Amino acid sequence: MDWKFRSDQPIYTQLTARLAEAIVAGAYAPGERLPSVRDLAIEAGVNPNTVQRALADLERDGLVYSQRTNGRFVTENGEMIRSARFRMADERIAQFLADMQKLGCTREEIVTLLKEVREEEI
Amino acid sequence: MSLLECRKLNKNYGGSFALNDIDLQIEPGRIVGLLGPNGSGKTTLIKLINGLLTPTGGEVLIDGRKPSPETKAIVSYLPERNALSEWMSAKQAMDYYADFFEDFNRDKAKEMIRNLGLDEQARIKTMSKGTREKLQLILVMSREAKLYLLDEPIGGVDPATRDYILRTIISNYNENASVIISTHLIADVEQVLDDVIFLREGHIELHESVDEIRNEKGTSVDALFREVFRC
Repeated sequence: MDWKFRSDQPIYTQLTARLAEAIVAGAYAPGERLPSVRDLAIEAGVNPNTVQRALADLERDGLVYSQRTNGRFVTENGEMIRSARFRMADERIAQFLADMQKLGCTREEIVTLLKEVREEEI
Repeated sequence: MSLLECRKLNKNYGGSFALNDIDLQIEPGRIVGLLGPNGSGKTTLIKLINGLLTPTGGEVLIDGRKPSPETKAIVSYLPERNALSEWMSAKQAMDYYADFFEDFNRDKAKEMIRNLGLDEQARIKTMSKGTREKLQLILVMSREAKLYLLDEPIGGVDPATRDYILRTIISNYNENASVIISTHLIADVEQVLDDVIFLREGHIELHESVDEIRNEKGTSVDALFREVFRC
């Protein structure tokens, strides 16, 4: 995984986003046990309390759950993962549309451009 | 109870203030960056905490106690200069640490010596400046202390070793111990820190969490430092 962080946002929010991406993309499978806080902190090169905070966020969002002594696991609820995927996709589409508008593309042009995307590109 | 508490701490050097009314509390389980321009009082503060200097006024409490042999048993200090005898080998330096500090974990030190490619038999006087710094840091981090005081731990080593040292600090983390790191290499350590303290001319300009700074100001600590201390 790529562990570069932007300098203008809190690290824990970026870490939360990165881990959520890994979960919706299946890099961590449903039901899979996540690495420990310490191991994640070492891997990402960040403060352990930051990792703790990011995992707590994911837990609150329902993407991971903890078992008292066993650590944290990815949810087995496929619907939960699917809706997180679409939520994240929506955010990116909004960003994409904002970028296209900056370039001066109209709605029709954007739709045409997307339709012209060749099959091997997507 | 705070792991470290400074109350109205003052230090004068011949009439001029090095530290002025420092009030500070650090809880266990924090990794704290002590940041400030040259001459702002970072080293003076660290030396007061480990009892190498005595305050002109106010007090320092470590785990509720004034600096003493009891507090030195739980404080692991990395000085900014080499403090090991030149004639010693790395192995003898480990013996020396094991004699002095009950909490010294030799297995941990040996593992780090291996990982960083140091030779246990080599004498310190034959080591390069960077290698000496690595050895000293290995010894300091191999103690199971409650408070680590690291005065410029990464200044003299290459970027790859810097990463290893920072990973060592992370992997060594436990919720009962805190680490104070003084450094000018803010961008390198920022991700590892919970909180930062900005020192300016002997007083605390800011004591805040890294995430809070990024959240409120939308900039990194490194960028904030450059702004606050613009020359």
